[in-house]
Amino acid sequence: MAVAVRVIPCLDVDAGRVVKGVNFADLVDAGDPVELAAAYDAEGADELTFLDVTASSSDRETTFDVVRRTAEQVFIPLTVGGGVRTVDDIDRLLRAGADKVSINTAGILRPELLREASQRFGAQCVVLSVDARRTGDGFEVTTHGGKRGTGIDAIEWAARGQELGVGEILLNSMDADGTKAGFDIELIERVRAVVDIPLIASGGAGDVSHFAPAVRAGADAVLAASVFHFGQLRIGEVKDAMRAGGIEVR
Amino acid sequence: MTADRHAALNADGLVVPGVGAFAACMKGLKSVHGHRTVGTRLAGGRPVLGICVGMQILFERGIEHGEETEGCNEWPGTVERLEADVVPHMGWNTVRAPEGTTLFDGMDEDTRFYFVHSYGVRKWELESGGTIAAPLVTWANHGCDFVAAVENGALSATQFHPEKSGDAGAHLLKNWLKSL
Repeated sequence: MAVAVRVIPCLDVDAGRVVKGVNFADLVDAGDPVELAAAYDAEGADELTFLDVTASSSDRETTFDVVRRTAEQVFIPLTVGGGVRTVDDIDRLLRAGADKVSINTAGILRPELLREASQRFGAQCVVLSVDARRTGDGFEVTTHGGKRGTGIDAIEWAARGQELGVGEILLNSMDADGTKAGFDIELIERVRAVVDIPLIASGGAGDVSHFAPAVRAGADAVLAASVFHFGQLRIGEVKDAMRAGGIEVR
Repeated sequence: MTADRHAALNADGLVVPGVGAFAACMKGLKSVHGHRTVGTRLAGGRPVLGICVGMQILFERGIEHGEETEGCNEWPGTVERLEADVVPHMGWNTVRAPEGTTLFDGMDEDTRFYFVHSYGVRKWELESGGTIAAPLVTWANHGCDFVAAVENGALSATQFHPEKSGDAGAHLLKNWLKSL
């Protein structure tokens, strides 16, 4: 027996409400992140990720409240990302009950943030989120949901993240995202070749058969959003398919 | 949650959680005389449960980034880096609990708990024998074997996070509470 491959649903949260439509189970309030988190826990999710897409800073207070209420009711690990700029932001999220915080743009603008966060809170709670897009024969780090290129090589950036002390990489393929055509296997393989911290594959899941190849390419965990929210895939059937493929799941 | 010595001394059970680095955790504990509080409780047979780094600091020493830090020394042994392809060990893993366990009572061997750590105790060094009952040691594996839990009279500890381990973790915490 070994550590199980984790299946992680990701919820986009805007001003305390789940966005991108949810059509899932028999929820009283499909927009309530806490209720949805509990439903995913009951379905066998191994972790949860909240991506805070709140634009206005005044509404961001609601994020802390959502994190607090979720942590009080759902007893599986919770990662929160989106809009994390400073060590103080991380401190507040961890105190509210997040187990891990994922950092994207702020780490690109100031890589030392990753080192500072790791030294202060421990590598285990710092996740580097990499939005990678194909360019020529390589991959480039992007921001703003893939709309802006940075000129940074995504594979090198993942390796640099590990050097700076992050404990995990959330690898999002901006090409595969939304296609439901499967994960970007080459991207996963190339990042796996340069890091030995846990790797979460994200972007492209559309069928239960898509997950095992991502794991064989080197992913320790798989993340998906809309396919779970719309009930197109259920956590249990994703795990059944992986188990049938000889992969250990919980 | 308290840093008050009297509250920590008088509680029916004391949980010592810990995250981050061994040295930082030990420093924080010492700043509120937590190591003495643990010792005083144990001398009186009062239950203590260490979780994650809260378990690690109960051992004799920790070595992180080549730096050695003294722990609470309740048990001999060294907390050192795990040897595995992927570190931190992050996720749900099974454990091998011994006969007579209280913490894992009523759970089957497929039960998984949530771990997140880069260091662990890879050798159990306490020599047992004589008239004192040997501690019950539970093991797990990630690249190498390491101590996943210890049950030693009033002192219990888990390397994993029962508070993040869903139903399995709640079951374990209930078992601990029942033993108080």
